[in-house]
Amino acid sequence: MSSQNLSINVHHVTRVEGHGDIEVNLKNGTIEKCSWNVVEAPRFFEAFLQGRPYKDVNHITSRICGICSIGHQLASLKATEAAMGVKISEQTRLLRKLLLHGENLQSHVLHTYFLVAPDFLGVGSVFPLVKTHKDVVVRALTLKKLANDLCDVVGGRTVHPIRCKVGGFSCLPKTSELEQTRARLEAARPEIDKTVELFATLTIPAFERETEYIGLYAKTEYPLYEGELCSSDAGTYKDEDYLAVTNEYIVPQSTAKYTRNKRESYMAGALARFNLNYASLHPKAKKAAAALNLKAPCHNPFMISVAQVVEIVDSLENAIALLDTILKRGLQEEALEVKPRAGRGVGIVEVPRGILFHDYTYNEKGEIVKANCIIPTNQNHANIQKDMEKFLPMILDKSQDEIRLGLEMLVRAYDPCISCSTHYLDVKFIA
Amino acid sequence: MKPKIAFFDFASCEGCQLQVVNLEMEIPTLLELVDIVAFREAMTEASDDYAIAFVEGSITRESDIPRLKKIRERATVLVALGACASSGGLNALKNRMGMDTVKNIVYGDKAGRFETFPARPIHAVVPVDVHIPGCPIHKDEFLRVVQALLLGKKPEIPDYPVCVECKLKDNLCVYELGQKCLGPISRAGCGAWCPSNVDACAGCRGFISEPNKNAQTDIMKKYGLTPDMIMKEYRLFNAYTEDSNE
Repeated sequence: MSSQNLSINVHHVTRVEGHGDIEVNLKNGTIEKCSWNVVEAPRFFEAFLQGRPYKDVNHITSRICGICSIGHQLASLKATEAAMGVKISEQTRLLRKLLLHGENLQSHVLHTYFLVAPDFLGVGSVFPLVKTHKDVVVRALTLKKLANDLCDVVGGRTVHPIRCKVGGFSCLPKTSELEQTRARLEAARPEIDKTVELFATLTIPAFERETEYIGLYAKTEYPLYEGELCSSDAGTYKDEDYLAVTNEYIVPQSTAKYTRNKRESYMAGALARFNLNYASLHPKAKKAAAALNLKAPCHNPFMISVAQVVEIVDSLENAIALLDTILKRGLQEEALEVKPRAGRGVGIVEVPRGILFHDYTYNEKGEIVKANCIIPTNQNHANIQKDMEKFLPMILDKSQDEIRLGLEMLVRAYDPCISCSTHYLDVKFIA
Repeated sequence: MKPKIAFFDFASCEGCQLQVVNLEMEIPTLLELVDIVAFREAMTEASDDYAIAFVEGSITRESDIPRLKKIRERATVLVALGACASSGGLNALKNRMGMDTVKNIVYGDKAGRFETFPARPIHAVVPVDVHIPGCPIHKDEFLRVVQALLLGKKPEIPDYPVCVECKLKDNLCVYELGQKCLGPISRAGCGAWCPSNVDACAGCRGFISEPNKNAQTDIMKKYGLTPDMIMKEYRLFNAYTEDSNE
């Protein structure tokens, strides 16, 4: 069908976290409007952080997002610890890394199986698949439960973990719980293999738009908890210089700020990490990438979901390896020692949807005077917009429904977490 | 015919709906008992025909009000899902700062473009039949509520303090560890989730109906908190209730 006149208005794209709209207008074959709009209600987190004591801050910022609450807490703790000069133990580092792999696993399983796969299987949600593809649904639920149980064991709760504290943990897992979790992760390997096989059968739309990739970079491990801030165009930056990378600006169609660095937009997330860190992936994850025909650098945003499958393999293997190290060392109770002091600190971690920045300034009592959080989805909004502008003209010969689905799939590939992205917000407190 | 249920959200982190998705192995069983007809976070299809509506999130802008009223009209039973919907939750922390101030802090000279008013729980706008408190909700409590509603019973939400559950678990009182806990006045039902993980209760499930706040304030003073610090503790999850003296 030739779509000389066309109007698409997707109010609240489904199977994404938060509220975003797609607007397309075509008149006499000319694209008059092609727009990705963020319409989430702002919640003003950074404003009400004002005056809050440092011990509450990670628990408050956790509530920015239910899905990435572990990542928000860890970025928050790193920022507070940097501001107050708190050193953490090796045990705490290992347990935090384990938690992030658990979150990555959980979130990627949810996104690839529940939110993306229905498009390829021609259904509107995972629910009808309970009848038609029960084995697939049970596998997805089993893997998701395993990842959530891992986070429960380490963090005390998977949504808004309880035990993460400035300087360490309020309470440690039992050795027996870690051993049990390790055994279950190992037993899940065949299910992970089947996941790779399933996604290898899906036909990913052919589309490419080269962009800048931003994420953490590390030589010795695939970085989630720590690494150097890195751009595929410009190399590495110091943590404190992150604002030189993000360059936020406000656009009329969005309650979230946009970002750009060397080009008009950049990408964060699983594909950006993959492109920057292919060399440090676990060998089994590299094998999965080959089976899924994903090669670095890849410039097809629809392949983000495939990169997530590769990271599922990586996170499972790294979680097992971390558990081995932790169990070998043995767990020791550690006192939390924090002396509040005035100062500024930046905390950067990789969360499932990409690189996350928290930046706090504290007064001498250890209360927040200024806060800035820049969330991955924020950093992807401009890239989504630019992808849509290039992708739409390529599919104009399709039916209206196919065009709508194509654009929705593009947005969904980014796994946007929109309720997060309206809480990035640069805060200047008025004294 | 199976009862139709639907999920909706306003200003929130969507973590309570995620807790529903996190039911995991219980989901197939749940789907045998109910039809989920709207759940934007998880499905594309949406129907306006439902008996039970679960609403997550606070009401923070004019455009939220007609949308919530429509949901109320269509649903036989309206359930507030989680702290943001049932008590305003963290969202209400901005309320006393003044809307112009918070908008300026966040959006600078573009502040005029963004719509917001003081955050309120959904019962401040429409009648609510059941409140499931908590940040996040507890999965077991969600299932208990669904079970009761399907049996035509009124779901029971505990009205005794977290300390009761904490003592039953034989936890060491976190006051002994130097923490300041709101357990004595906060609503139980979470199994003393935070104190069981050696962290103070912050009252995310709201306070019991007749909280002994004077005694609570005295305890916190005794443990070295100033009135300003005590107010911050009370307001963290309960700013709307505290500010409006509900």
